Amino acid sequence: MLWNTLLLALRAIRRNLMRSFLTVLGIVIGVAAVITMVTLGRGATQAVADQIASMGSNLLIVLPGQRFGPGISGAPFFRVADAEAIRSQIGAADAVAAVASRVATTVYQARNWSTVVTGSSDEYFRAGNWQLAAGRSFTEAEERAGKAVCVIGETVRERLFGRQDPVGSEIRVRQFACEVIGLLAAKGQSAMGSDQDDTVVMPLRTVQRRLTGSTDVNRLMIAVREGASIDAVQDQTVRLMRERRNIGANEEDDFRVMDTRQIAETLTGTTRILTLLLGAVAAVSLLVGGIGIMNIMLVSVTERTREIGIRLAIGALEREVLLQFLIEAVVLASLGGIVGIALATAASVFLAGLMQVPYLFDPAINLVSFLFSAAIGVIFGYFPARRAARLDPIEALRHE
Amino acid sequence: MNQTARPAMTEELIRLSGITKTYGRGQAAIQAVRGVDLAIGEGEFVAVMGPSGSGKSTVMNILGCLDTPTSGSYRFQGVQVERLTRDQRALLRRHYLGFVFQGYNLLARTTALENVELPLIYRGEAAAERHAAARAALEQVGLAGWEDHTPGELSGGQQQRVAIARAVVTRPAVLLADEPTGNLDTRTSREIMDLIGSLNRDRGLTVLMVTHEPDMAAYAQRIVRFVDGRVESDLRPPPPAPPPPAGEGGTEAA
Ligand SMILES: Nc1ncnc2c1ncn2[C@@H]1O[C@H](COP(=O)(O)OP(=O)(O)OP(=O)(O)O)[C@@H](O)[C@H]1O
Ligand SMILES: [Mg+2]
Repeated sequence: MLWNTLLLALRAIRRNLMRSFLTVLGIVIGVAAVITMVTLGRGATQAVADQIASMGSNLLIVLPGQRFGPGISGAPFFRVADAEAIRSQIGAADAVAAVASRVATTVYQARNWSTVVTGSSDEYFRAGNWQLAAGRSFTEAEERAGKAVCVIGETVRERLFGRQDPVGSEIRVRQFACEVIGLLAAKGQSAMGSDQDDTVVMPLRTVQRRLTGSTDVNRLMIAVREGASIDAVQDQTVRLMRERRNIGANEEDDFRVMDTRQIAETLTGTTRILTLLLGAVAAVSLLVGGIGIMNIMLVSVTERTREIGIRLAIGALEREVLLQFLIEAVVLASLGGIVGIALATAASVFLAGLMQVPYLFDPAINLVSFLFSAAIGVIFGYFPARRAARLDPIEALRHE
Repeated sequence: MNQTARPAMTEELIRLSGITKTYGRGQAAIQAVRGVDLAIGEGEFVAVMGPSGSGKSTVMNILGCLDTPTSGSYRFQGVQVERLTRDQRALLRRHYLGFVFQGYNLLARTTALENVELPLIYRGEAAAERHAAARAALEQVGLAGWEDHTPGELSGGQQQRVAIARAVVTRPAVLLADEPTGNLDTRTSREIMDLIGSLNRDRGLTVLMVTHEPDMAAYAQRIVRFVDGRVESDLRPPPPAPPPPAGEGGTEAA
C-alpha cells in the first residue's frame, strides 16, 4: 500500500507541476531567508566577540577627562609615576602600561606610511593581548634608556616591507632612525572598527623624547589578574587616581576608567539585538512563504476535493487518500527545505565573505526551519485533504 | 408500492426497501426520495427514467455507496450495506461497483491510461498486469492509441469512454451510470450505448443507467420510472421493439 500510495503522490506532484513548484518556492524562500539571516547575525556576533577578545579581556583603560578625546576637557594627563603607583598599590593589577602615542610618518626605503606610534613598556603587549609573530619585545634596559627600537604591526609591515622580513631592518620615524626588533601577530579590526595592526610600538621614553616632547602619558592600561574582581580593581583605581590628582570629596572625577568587558557587553548586546531583528525579518518571510503556500492550497482546494471524491468513488480508503496527501505534502516541503538549506548555505558563505564575518553553520536553525517548512506543508497540504476525505464521496464530488 | 409481477429473476443482486433520503432539516428539509423499493437481478440492464428532481441520481448514489440513505435498507448480494463501516463500503465500491458520471469525473491532466489504472492501483495490482488490463479496457472502449492523452485532449465522447473503461476495468458486478450520455450528441450517445449494451450482453455485467432519452432507455430490458421520489412504474418492454418506453402502463401507487 505504501509503495502504491507513494506512486500516486508522485503522480499528483507531476500532474500539478506549477502548484508543486510554487509550494516548493514558498518554502525555499522562507527557509533560505531565515537561515541566511540568522547565520550572518551569529557570524557578526562572533566577529565582534573575536575582536573584543583580541583587545584583551579583563582590561581597564584609564583616560583623562570625562568625555571622549583626551585633553579636550583640559584635564591633566598622567605620569609614569601613576602607573607605578597602581602597580605597587593594587595587588590585583597584573600588568600596568603607561601609554603615549602620536601619529607619525614612517619610511622604509622608497615607501612611507602614516601610522600611530605608541610608546609604552613590555607590559603593553601583555595588557593588550598582543603576540609576537617574529623577533622580540623591548628589554628593560632599552625602555630605561629610551632606545630607538620598535615592534611593528602587520599592516605597517605590509605597507613598508611588502613580502620582506622586517626584523633587523631600520625604518625612519619622522626624523629619527629606529631598528625593527619585532613583528606583532595580526589581530584584525578592533571592536570599534579601527585596524589594530596599523601600529608601531616603541619604549615610552623614546616616544616622549623624540615625538611628543613631553613626559605626558595619554592613557593607562591595567590588566586585571585572572580571577580577580574587575569592579574592585576599577574602584581602587578610581580612589587612587582621585587621591593622586587631588580631587576634593565634592568634585567630579577628571578622568574615567573604562572596562573592556563593559564595552564588550554593550557591543555584543547590540549585535545580539541586530541578530534578533534579522531573525524577526526572516521569520516574517517564512510566514509570508507559508501564507503563499496556504493560498495555493486554498485555491486548489476545489479541484483537490473533487479529486478526493473521484478517488473515494472508485474505491480508495480514506486512509489511503490521506496517506497520499501526506506524502505529497512532506515530499514538497522536504524538497523546499533541502533546496532552501542549500541556497542559504551558499548565500551565507558568500555574504559572510563579503561582510568579513565568520561563517558559522548552525544545525539548530537549519533543523528548526526545516521542521517549520515541513509543518507548513503538512498543515496546509494535509488538513484540507483530511476534511475532504471524511465526506461522503458524493459530497466531495459535488464540491464547488 | 406494488410492482409488476416479473418473470422469475436470475440471482438477486440488489434489493432496496423503503429507502428515503432527506436533505436539510426542519423547514428547509427536502425529501428527495420518499420510500423506494427496488430489486435488481444479476445480468439485468435497467434504465431509470423520470422527471428532473424525481430522485434518480439520489438513488443511484445510494446504490453506488457514494451517499447514505436517511432510512431504509439496502442489500447488496444479501449484505446489509448500512451496517458496513466506511472502509467496508469503500471496499464494496472497489471490488463490486463501477460508476459512470454525467460529467465524466476523470482526473485532470492525467493520461487516459493512468485514469483507467487508478482503481487497479487501489486494488494493489502489480504494474505489469495493471498496464495490460488498462490497455485492454481502453481498447475495448475503442480508444486504442489514445492511452497517453489527457482529458483536456479528448472529446466528450472519448472522455466518457475512458470513464467507462475505468469503471469496468476492475470487472465489477454492477455498472451504475448516471446520465452517461447526458452531455453527448445523439451519434456519440449511440456509440456509448452500444458499448454499454455489449458489456451487458457479452460479459453479463449488470447495468443500471439513468437517462432522459427514450432512445437510450430502449437499450435496456427494463425501465423504472421515478416520480416525486418514488418508483412510479417498472416495465419490461418486449425485447425486439425498441421505441415506445415511457408513459403509463404498469403500476399504480397503493
Ligand atoms: N445535495 C443536495 N442538497 C439538497 N438537495 C438536494 C441535493 N441533491 C439533490 N437534492 C434535491 O433532491 C431532489 C432529487 O434530486 P436528484 O438529483 O436525485 O434528481 P434527479 O432525478 O437526478 O434529477 P435530474 O434528472 O435533474 O438529474 C431534488 O429536488 C434536488 O433539488
Ligand atoms: Mg440526476
